[in-house]
This record gives sequence, structure tokens and C-alpha cells, in this order.
Amino acid sequence: MHFAEPLPLKSGAALRDYTLVYETYGTLNAARDNAVLVCHALNASHHVAGTYDGQPKSEGWWDNLVGPGKPLDTTKFFVIGINNPGSCFGSTGPMQVDPSTDQPYGAHFPVVTVEDWVDAQARLLDRLGITQLAAVLGGSLGGMQALSWSLRHPDRLRHCIAVATAPNLSAQNIAFNEVARRAIVTDPDFHGGHFYAYGTVPKRGLRVARMIGHITYLSDDSMEAKFGRSLKGEAFGYSTQDIEFEIESYLRYQGDKFSDYFDANTYLLITRALDYFDPAGEHGGDLTAAFAKARCKFQLVSFTTDWRFSPARSREIVKALLDNHLSVSYAEIDAPHGHDAFLLDDSRYHALLKQRFANIAAEVRA
Amino acid sequence: MSDRKDIELIADLVPPGSRVLDLGCGTGELLAHLRDTRQCTGYGIEIDDANVLACTQRGVDVIQLNLEDGLAIFEDQSFDVVLQLSTLQHLRNTERMLQETARVGRVGIVSFPNFAHWPNRLQIAAGRMPVTRVLPYQWYDTPNIRVGTFKDFEVLAGKNGLRVREAFGIQGGRVVRTFPNLLASVAVFKFDRG
Repeated sequence: MHFAEPLPLKSGAALRDYTLVYETYGTLNAARDNAVLVCHALNASHHVAGTYDGQPKSEGWWDNLVGPGKPLDTTKFFVIGINNPGSCFGSTGPMQVDPSTDQPYGAHFPVVTVEDWVDAQARLLDRLGITQLAAVLGGSLGGMQALSWSLRHPDRLRHCIAVATAPNLSAQNIAFNEVARRAIVTDPDFHGGHFYAYGTVPKRGLRVARMIGHITYLSDDSMEAKFGRSLKGEAFGYSTQDIEFEIESYLRYQGDKFSDYFDANTYLLITRALDYFDPAGEHGGDLTAAFAKARCKFQLVSFTTDWRFSPARSREIVKALLDNHLSVSYAEIDAPHGHDAFLLDDSRYHALLKQRFANIAAEVRA
Repeated sequence: MSDRKDIELIADLVPPGSRVLDLGCGTGELLAHLRDTRQCTGYGIEIDDANVLACTQRGVDVIQLNLEDGLAIFEDQSFDVVLQLSTLQHLRNTERMLQETARVGRVGIVSFPNFAHWPNRLQIAAGRMPVTRVLPYQWYDTPNIRVGTFKDFEVLAGKNGLRVREAFGIQGGRVVRTFPNLLASVAVFKFDRG
């Protein structure tokens, strides 16, 4: 969907003449009140669920949760996935041509924030004729967008479902992002962000960025259970640069895969959006004051072994909602998988969301 | 505290329209009852996954927390009523939880099995730990790690400067106001900070 009118950004800049790609699942009802927006995190896209014709392996990134008969049941809800601006899956992003220079944006793509994404999503929903969403659902960075929806457009959603998320990044979180960014920026193939003109891809930087990220998505226990100290070979090879441990092999594989499809400038932009998200910031650090404008009902979920966005971070949000006398439920799922748990199909987690969405369906008579 | 009659007797202590916090809310039965019959709002606190799901099924807001970790996320006097029904006896730090209940709620309501109910006394007199309908466990597998009596609670409330506004026993779905320490298997107290 193309937008001719510029999108004003939090930075003061504007995104002009932009396109957002989106997918929908299910049917919008006559009352137009059964829509659920699913917000994506760092490396995902508008392709939330289902497969493309003739591509059986093209499942959407949250296919285990979204679909007919699944916890977010697309026979009841009209589900919308939107690729955020600045991303690299079809919406206007840094690899696309800047209309003011006729060159790819590259490093000149404006810095976008969670709030900017939410505003861009809201505009797309305007076009679809959806004034109020039954729910906004997101995990991790997607959860931040769901929270931001409750603050920027408090009357446009009935329910906010925020999973494995945080009210802002800790210094440790920002530190991991910075290591990833430095890996990309210092890759000689990055060329200050204008590598498209050079016909290069800063794959080395992207690989390291993804490896770092991946470590933070897994728990110590799950990594131990999956890889332990297992070796690729029979015994130590007494090398310093070859792959010897299974975990090394896994991380390199993940890094390679990622560097084949992900845009380096997008990685920088999205990690920066994560760094900047801080709704309490405009209220002197008072999260309770920040949520004073929220009106919707909330469901928060965290996972006990998630050390990237730990349960304590979700409890901060719960407290702010309680202080404002808002309707909030919170589940702390005792899952071993770390941050990644939000994408897996833990039965307690999915049973809870299934019930929650069943309640919402009853509310909007979907 | 799953007996329907007991729940109604305790619900009668909650003023209509109250903002309620139910510590150890189980399946959310009481909160749903208070919402449906007394226009109350509020939240349950529960640790068990199945109970959290059951609360969601009832449409009751539930927050999954371990009560042993305290009530730090709740501000002072932020609820009209804090309920703690058949929960106190499972907690290691019973006295602190009682103090927290009185800190967070303008009114606290607790219930617990009264160990001094006469059949328990008989079994103790016979030399065995009591096993009854309200205390169905053996001494070695009971989750009731704090076993107190109606009278014991009066002492603990006094020690913590709590003013008992109402106190009665429940036996067989009826309120017991005469010799509750002897004649009731469940003790109920409503109190505030005086």
C-alpha cells in the first residue's frame, strides 16, 4: 500500500512517498471490529502465518499461533501483519530508492522509532476502514509496539497482548545491540551504509551481529541441553580458527543464514528503535504516569528463563498498569527456552492465549 | 475455600463496588462471584498455571506471582479489600504476608483451617495429628505448613496492631459465632489497621 502523504517521524524528519506491505488472514466482519494487528520483532515481517502457494516451507513466523483453529483463530479474527518501514521485507527501507536523491537510502534512511511504526500501522488501518482493533499482539520488540499502541491510540484497541517484552532496554540490552552494530559498521563491505552502490554485502558484520543476538535469545540451560560441550569431531583438533564445538557450528550456521537475507542498515535501524523505546522517558522515568493515558485491557506474558527481557521487566509494566487501575492479567510461563520461548508452542502459553482470544472473540461476537 | 456456601459467606463481608485483591485466588471463583453479584473489580494473585488458565476462562484478571516474593508491586492502601482465603497456612512467611495484606488493603479478610476445632482436639488427644475434611493431609505431606487456631490469630493480629472488625467460624456452610475456636473448622477474620 502506497502512501503519498509524508509520515512525520519522532526525530522531526519525515518519511515521504513510502510503501507498506501487509498480509491479512481471515475475514473482516460487518461491524469491522474483529481485527487483530500482529506486530513483528527484529527479523520478522508481515508474513505472520500460512504458506505461499507452491512453497511448503514458507510458513509465517508465528504460524504456530495464528491460523484456523489456532490460539489466534483466523476463522474468527481478521489478522493483519504489516512490515514496518525501515525493515527489509518489502516496505520502504534503506535498500530502496530515496525519491529525493534517486539513490538507495542506505545510511540516509531516517531513524525510525517504535512510535513511528505504530503511527504508520495506524494509517494503514485507516485505509482498511478499521477504527478500532479487537487486539494488538506482539512479542519482544513487537510487544513494545503493542504497548505503544495503547499509549498513542488508546481508543483504537480493546486489548493489548504483549509477550516477552520490556518497558525499555537495560544498559546490558543496549550493550548487546551496540556490539552487533559495531560488527556491521566496521565490516569493510559496509561502506558507511552505502554498500549497495559498491555491489557488496557486509556479511561478516551481519553474521557476528546475528551470533550475538542468538546467544541472547537462548537460555544458558537450553544451550547446555542442546549443545553442551559436544564436539563436531571425535576429539579436540588443537586449532584456534576451525569449528570444534557444536555451539560454534550452530552460531555460524545461524549467522550465515541471516546474512543471506537481512539488510545491514535495517539491523542498525531496528536495534536503534529498540534502544530508544522508553515510554516512561517523557514522564521523568515514571512508567505509571506514562500509562495514565491507556484505556484498553492488557495481557502480559513472560518466560522465566528469558534473561534478555526478564519477567522482572514485565512486572514493571504490570505494576504501572495496576497503579492506573487498568485491567491486566499476567502469566509467567516456566519455560526453559529463554527469550525464544515466545515463538515456540509451549502448551501453557498457547492455552492461555487461546483462552484470552476466545474471550475477546466473545466480546466482539466474532 | 471452594465450597460455594463458604464463598458466599465471605463475599458478604466485601462491600459492593469494592476494588479487591485476592491473594491465592485459585480458579477465580470468588472474584467472579464478587464481580457478578457485588459489582466488584480487581485481580487475583495465583502461582499455579492451571489456576491462571481457569481464571482466564472466567474472565477474571489474574497476575501470576509467588506470594512468598511479597507484594512489592502493590502500593500502600491501593485496594478496598485484600482477601487471603485458605492461603496463609501455606506460606512460610505468614506474619509478613499478614502485614503486607494490611499494608495493601484498607480492609483485610483472611480465612484458614482452625486447628482447634473439636475433632482435631480429639485426634490430638488420642495421640495422632488430625486428618479431617478441612485438614485432609497426613502430617508428612501437608501443604499446611502453618497450622494455627482461631485464638492464635487473634493474638497475631493484636501483635501486629490490627483491629479485628469481624471474626467468626464457618462449620458446615454456617456461620459460627459461639465458641468458634471449638466449634468451627474454618476461621474467618476481617480486620484493618485501626
